[in-house]
Amino acid sequence: MTFWTDPINWVLQILENLLASWGLNHVLSIFIINFLTVVIYCTMILVFVFFLIWLERKLIARMQDRLGPNRVGPWGILQSIPDAIKIFTKEYITPVGVDKVIYNLAPIIVVASVLVVWAIIPVAPRWFAADLNVGVLYIIAVGELGILMVMMAGWSSNNKFALLGAFRTSAQLVSYEIPMALAMLVPVFMARSMSLNTIITNQSVWNIVLAPVAFIIYFLCSLAEVGRAPFDLLEAESEIVAGYHIEYSGLKFGMFFVGDFLHAFTISVLGAVLFLGGWRGPGAEQYPLLGFVYMTVKIILVYMLMMVVRGTLPRLRIDQMMDFTWKVMTPLMMGLLVGMIIIDSLIVGLSPWLRTGAFLAFNVIGAVITLWALGKHTMPKPQEFPLEDLNAS
Amino acid sequence: MAEPWLLVAFFFLIAPLLPAAGIFVAGLLAPKKPNPIKESTYECGIEVPDESWVQFKGHYYIFVLVYLVFDVEVVFLYPWAVAYSALPIYAVVEGILFIGILAAALIYIWKKGALVWR
Repeated sequence: MTFWTDPINWVLQILENLLASWGLNHVLSIFIINFLTVVIYCTMILVFVFFLIWLERKLIARMQDRLGPNRVGPWGILQSIPDAIKIFTKEYITPVGVDKVIYNLAPIIVVASVLVVWAIIPVAPRWFAADLNVGVLYIIAVGELGILMVMMAGWSSNNKFALLGAFRTSAQLVSYEIPMALAMLVPVFMARSMSLNTIITNQSVWNIVLAPVAFIIYFLCSLAEVGRAPFDLLEAESEIVAGYHIEYSGLKFGMFFVGDFLHAFTISVLGAVLFLGGWRGPGAEQYPLLGFVYMTVKIILVYMLMMVVRGTLPRLRIDQMMDFTWKVMTPLMMGLLVGMIIIDSLIVGLSPWLRTGAFLAFNVIGAVITLWALGKHTMPKPQEFPLEDLNAS
Repeated sequence: MAEPWLLVAFFFLIAPLLPAAGIFVAGLLAPKKPNPIKESTYECGIEVPDESWVQFKGHYYIFVLVYLVFDVEVVFLYPWAVAYSALPIYAVVEGILFIGILAAALIYIWKKGALVWR
């Protein structure tokens, strides 16, 4: 075992030997090492948010033909540090009549609910914190903790705008969770396992090739889950001021933003793991650092897509949005699942190429039929707009 | 990495501690100058007539109710998908029937008018 073939376990081995040389009990030393690993891991992820905030500000600025942060450090890359120092010295304003316990708990759990997802994300071969055999189920369970905390923040603030934001959350996030859970079922079904490591190693053909529709639905739902444009109704500035976090100030407010950026990033990491093959690539199995590079490229791909969508699309109306999840995505995903199950049980023993082709063809047909039906039923008919009346007035 | 659930337990312990520590430290650094106007509820500068924990229109709760039913049933599909290759053919058909029941429920809710946003 050398650094190049197994970097994490190599470091852990050194630490373990060090602790053993100090005469510590073996169980105790493993306990200490695990604890330290988790502390360092979580801190690194939180520090990484500084970079994410800069990246998002810079990219959105370029898309909107602005400069973005460009003063502190090269290309403004250190901009988040003065911002953090500023927000650390801001006063906490606790409005009258808030529910103190829930009000203070919400910003903490919003960040924590994203951090605990990182416990099971495999970053490279043999490079993960824990490999749970119920991985995907764990992600869904923990993800819903974040939704709950957004609702609690809105409810406990004793403010009608915050309450409205919380109500919208309860309708929006919760509805988009269903097609998302159905879409995440596809990789589980392909790998016959809920462990993220097995899902990656079984993707000799990436799941995005086998089920592109499932990936698109996962991507759209994840946009709604993190409350990004065009699904940012729960914090629509022009309608309900800021939504659920209107009464928060100082670092408590900052924590909501840290949670938001981290959630967006984590969701794109999961997209890369579940649908783009994670760390898979030539030579990744021998050299985990190479796998790390592949993984980073894939994550950036999904994350950039998220940025482009955010930077270009306007906000949707809430009834359109609810219709989209309940009347389009959920039935489509159910039909897709049934079709894929039938195809999978019919083509046992066929060559992998034919199998891939069958899945791909079915997905494309499903997408075409959906788009055709959507165009037929939702496009306004020409006679609905009497142009003569408009011209007369 | 001996015991995965031990690590998950550590994550659950430390993940709330880090932001809590940050908020605590910031609370020590920050100035504290409260006054009644600053602490009043912010609703665009107008005086707030009463508290906001009022009864709200019940329409939102139907969505949450529908979600609850669907999400629980979707979660039931996960173990089925994991065990898929070991299943006999009738269990596979049963899985498809299960999704069919879900679809029937969706159509029922749709026709009932619960999915119309008012």
